[in-house]
Amino acid sequence: MMLQSSPADPLLKVENLVVEYNVGGKTVHAVSSVSLDIARGETLGLVGESGCGKSTLGRAVLQLRHAQSGKVLFDGNDLTAMRGDALRKMRQRVQLIFQDPIASLNPRRRIGDIVAEPLVISGVKDPEKRKQMVSDVLSAVGLDPGLVMGRLPHEFSGGQCQRICIARALVLNPDFIICDEPVSALDVSIRAQILNLLEEMKARYGLTLLFIAHDLAVVKAVSDRVAVMYLGRLCEVGPSEQLFARPAHPYTALLIEAIPVPDPDMRPAEAVAVGEPPSPIAPPSGCRFRTRCPRADAKCSTEVPELRAVAPGQYAACHHPLI
Amino acid sequence: MTDRALLSVEEVLVDLPTPRGNLRAVDRVNLTVGAGQTLGVVGESGCGKTMLSRAILQLLPKKAKLQGRVMFDGQDLVSLDRESLRKLRGRSLAVVFQDPMTSLNPVLTIGTQLIETLQEHLELDLAAARKRSVELLAAVGIPAPDQRLTQYPHQLSGGMRQRVAIAIALSCEPKLLIADEPTTALDVTIQAQILDLLAREQRRRHMAMILITHDLGVVAGRTDEVAVMYAGRVVERAPTPALFKKMRMPYTEALLAAIPKLDAAPHTVLPAISGRPPDPTRPIKGCSFSPRCRYAVARCHGEKPELTEAETPAHQYACFHPIEMPVAVPA
Repeated sequence: MMLQSSPADPLLKVENLVVEYNVGGKTVHAVSSVSLDIARGETLGLVGESGCGKSTLGRAVLQLRHAQSGKVLFDGNDLTAMRGDALRKMRQRVQLIFQDPIASLNPRRRIGDIVAEPLVISGVKDPEKRKQMVSDVLSAVGLDPGLVMGRLPHEFSGGQCQRICIARALVLNPDFIICDEPVSALDVSIRAQILNLLEEMKARYGLTLLFIAHDLAVVKAVSDRVAVMYLGRLCEVGPSEQLFARPAHPYTALLIEAIPVPDPDMRPAEAVAVGEPPSPIAPPSGCRFRTRCPRADAKCSTEVPELRAVAPGQYAACHHPLI
Repeated sequence: MTDRALLSVEEVLVDLPTPRGNLRAVDRVNLTVGAGQTLGVVGESGCGKTMLSRAILQLLPKKAKLQGRVMFDGQDLVSLDRESLRKLRGRSLAVVFQDPMTSLNPVLTIGTQLIETLQEHLELDLAAARKRSVELLAAVGIPAPDQRLTQYPHQLSGGMRQRVAIAIALSCEPKLLIADEPTTALDVTIQAQILDLLAREQRRRHMAMILITHDLGVVAGRTDEVAVMYAGRVVERAPTPALFKKMRMPYTEALLAAIPKLDAAPHTVLPAISGRPPDPTRPIKGCSFSPRCRYAVARCHGEKPELTEAETPAHQYACFHPIEMPVAVPA
């Protein structure tokens, strides 16, 4: 498969990654031969619906899921070949933020200990130094360390818990953070605060982000480039502005159309695509979107479309792209 | 709004006793829905929108205390006895909840659940109820409806389950459907399909609907009137086009501004609302939005604004500093 838009200096390079699970004797094709690059300092948005494999891809990057084949090159090192200490060292540079901030904090531990834990694991032995680092990072995410450190997670709202999770991810000063639906459990007014905070932290800590979400508008708000996934495969990758203005893959176009717009003058068009995503246990042959695609023909059922350039920096895996 | 409202919620107040003290979930809410009309109720978690829908359905938690009247089709639901309520709910007053996995019974087949409703309320015999169930499943867009009757909820996808829940809600031709976050648990492409389905069935059946959601985008194109709730109160209420063109309440404006827009450039800083909603067990003396409001002055902190009419009686807002300028609506 051809690599899309290889940035000059990728921090993360995923090559032909395949992740499959065994469920009751059947194989779930969660991620099928996905390749992508993320440049240093870039935010790559990864969108798709439930079950498209976007979270699995995120976890496979961190080696929390075993990949059947393919490579994950982080700063030139293949994580899939690493084991034990080497992997643990590398993981200090890659952190993960989850969707449900309340569930990702241990309810019995104090915030100070939760945020300090990565430091303990990575061998920062001096408690005073740890305390200082925790205090610094809590202030950075907009919490008052004096008020927060001695308290338990249940004393905080969802938005504040997500700030704590972000602090925990930042405390080791990582290079790369995978944000898996970081705002989908939050209310609109809180969501904006957290998105702004992520942007601020990205600038302050010089981060590279993989931002996984199902909400296109949220993804666009933070991403330099966007990758669209459907049923385990990448459909389209491109610069966010360009991809939203002129989507090439019919699935991207469908996703964009489906977003409810807060403007009563734009009466929603009747949804075009019928049906639902097929099961990843038995994905359709050829193009996996063909069963819901208005442009599908015979070729789509026999030949898997490869990612091809459709515009500068924009790549789509479609036999009948819209541009 | 029509002269004779199908539903009229009058001065409804819901108090819930909690270990931390009394929680006023709904605070003197007045709303009306005309036959065939759609009312959108918008607000964030904890604003009281779900408690309001439960107050209408008389499905409040046992300890809850309800005051006010809920007039539906000429009767006050608050004073109805259990048996009459049971006949009404599911028949002329139906509901679709957010999570179809928990609203459907996991150990009964789709067919049993549909047929049971039809037999109970419409007194159809088994064959007629079965035939009607198949028609209903087909109407809500479920492929191979015959075979679905023998399936259990876990064998269906989330979108299909929500379609089944809608089929059950529609089965007795209700006059009012309350849809409480019906698409929040679903994917975007499925969300659009379900909202289309609700709109289509509503038109066809001339059914009234209350669409409860946290998403201003969902109500924009699909409701006749919108009520925005904050901390248990309705803070702004208007015909949908008027609301989006001339928001008066700073909270409504802030809520709309905080939504990421598809036509905004990447890395645009979102105008977030600082802070968070007040603790409902610790009532605020003044306007409950005042601690977060950028227009708030001394009066807002000391006195609660009542719902006031804007230029038309249908547009009401609760604010001492309503926004005068038309709000730019994203194209």
